[in-house]
Amino acid sequence: MENIIEISDLNFGYDSNALNLENVSFSVERGCSGCIVGPNGGGKSTLLKLLLGLLVPTSGSIRIFGKAPVEARSRIGYMPQYHKLDAAFPVSVLEVALMGRMCRNFWGRYSQRDRQAAMEALDEMGIADLAKRSFSALSGGQRQRVLIARALAGEPELLLLDEPTANIDPGAEEQFHGALECLRKRMTVLTVSHDLGFVSRGIDLVICVNHFVSLHQAAAFTAAEANAVYHHDVNMIKHTHTCFCNCSGGERCSND
Amino acid sequence: MIEFIRQFFQPEMSFLHLALVVGLLASPALGVIGTLVVTRRISSIAGAGAHAALGGVGIALFLQRVLLWSWCTATVGAIAGAMAAAIIVGIVSLTAREREDTVIAVVWALGMSLGLLFLDKTPGYVDLQGFLFGNILLVTTNDLWMTLALDAVILIPAILFYNPLLATCFDGTFAVLRGVRTSLFYLVLLILTSLTVVLLINVVGIVLVIALLTLPAAAAGCFTRHLWSMMVCSGILSALFISAGLVLSFCFSLPSGPAIVLVAVLVYVISLLTGSRRRNEGSAAGGN
Repeated sequence: MENIIEISDLNFGYDSNALNLENVSFSVERGCSGCIVGPNGGGKSTLLKLLLGLLVPTSGSIRIFGKAPVEARSRIGYMPQYHKLDAAFPVSVLEVALMGRMCRNFWGRYSQRDRQAAMEALDEMGIADLAKRSFSALSGGQRQRVLIARALAGEPELLLLDEPTANIDPGAEEQFHGALECLRKRMTVLTVSHDLGFVSRGIDLVICVNHFVSLHQAAAFTAAEANAVYHHDVNMIKHTHTCFCNCSGGERCSND
Repeated sequence: MIEFIRQFFQPEMSFLHLALVVGLLASPALGVIGTLVVTRRISSIAGAGAHAALGGVGIALFLQRVLLWSWCTATVGAIAGAMAAAIIVGIVSLTAREREDTVIAVVWALGMSLGLLFLDKTPGYVDLQGFLFGNILLVTTNDLWMTLALDAVILIPAILFYNPLLATCFDGTFAVLRGVRTSLFYLVLLILTSLTVVLLINVVGIVLVIALLTLPAAAAGCFTRHLWSMMVCSGILSALFISAGLVLSFCFSLPSGPAIVLVAVLVYVISLLTGSRRRNEGSAAGGN
């Protein structure tokens, strides 16, 4: 299998004298779905920004699709957390989704094909009927889905989701997991989450980030390993992923 | 009112005509820039630009009268001062890790101090009051041409680059990832904001110009759902506020700047209380 992400000997520090991420090496295969977990301040967001080319490594290298992250951006879909955006901004849902198709020409004009792709992405997220609504009039869960649709509209091969279920209500969260499981079937999806419950929902790979980065196969990821990352006892609920596209959630069998 | 209309068309009222025409012509630029300033939350940068303009005015008038550089007029100084402020604040906020609001406050205060110092040492009479609070008698036909030019410089790129502009304002990080040159947009926006501010100094004054920049857009934001409709609506409101303010100021012999701003504040408060966005948010809060 082709490696989509290859990171070798990466070090990064916001300050020159203190590293936030140290000695990071890992690779992610095409079609793999991973979950980036770790405590707050452990470097999850930093790793995400490095993957997007928004930060430059202090040393070491990142290759995405065999290129530098900045050059690979057009093939990456990125979804930020909705509450980091201005809640009162005057923009419609379709306009937001179209932003995923930005800069395919100099003036940033959208073609009929762009509109079609944006509508398809909204449809895939189950919110095509909201296209004409104001983004600011939507609930948190709906806004988050609009932002995924925006990432999908660009027809990415790699999807990076930053805490997709933070700040949305539990009902919406279930729907969300259903939608994500569909996406994982056709592209590489990396999800940042502080919520370990996220880990086993159709996930192959657990990327633990706490200053250092360690990779685990999801099936073998145990509470002991989670504790080692978080440096304290964590409660883990493991979900089996027996479900298919159109069902939400999964059958749960909980253990420690 | 009839009395006002009759007097308005007297030839000796030409200063009022000029102020009104400049105000109306500035409205499209105000609509676009005001909307961007409000949605990007950079009104304090516009304020710093306006106050730094006084620094430019002070230095320019000093040079004009002491060194007899006749080209160095108050307008040239104001433009230079406001642009310098925009560029300094812009570069600092894009590159350095310095707290942006601190830098804005420093530029703001530095502009005022330089202006007051130089004006104090400038020989001859200087209408400081006019710069600070506006004096429509100071509006000249030059302002009229400059306002037209400003409209062109602002409206043409705003229409041509509307989509990247929208993406930049809504979510700058995502726009960068989609290849939009957001830093360039940001610097151009700051420079155009400074120019808009400078042109309105004669009509409303340095102290009140931020109000004219932000209030129409803020009021428009209460009942518009797209960035472009907010710009159009805010342009129309600017024209209304300026006309209503000038009429009030003429009828009741009030200073023009405060009259315009008070009309704007009144409409803003009414919009805030009745706007559709408020209702939308109320209905969305309960649902999923």
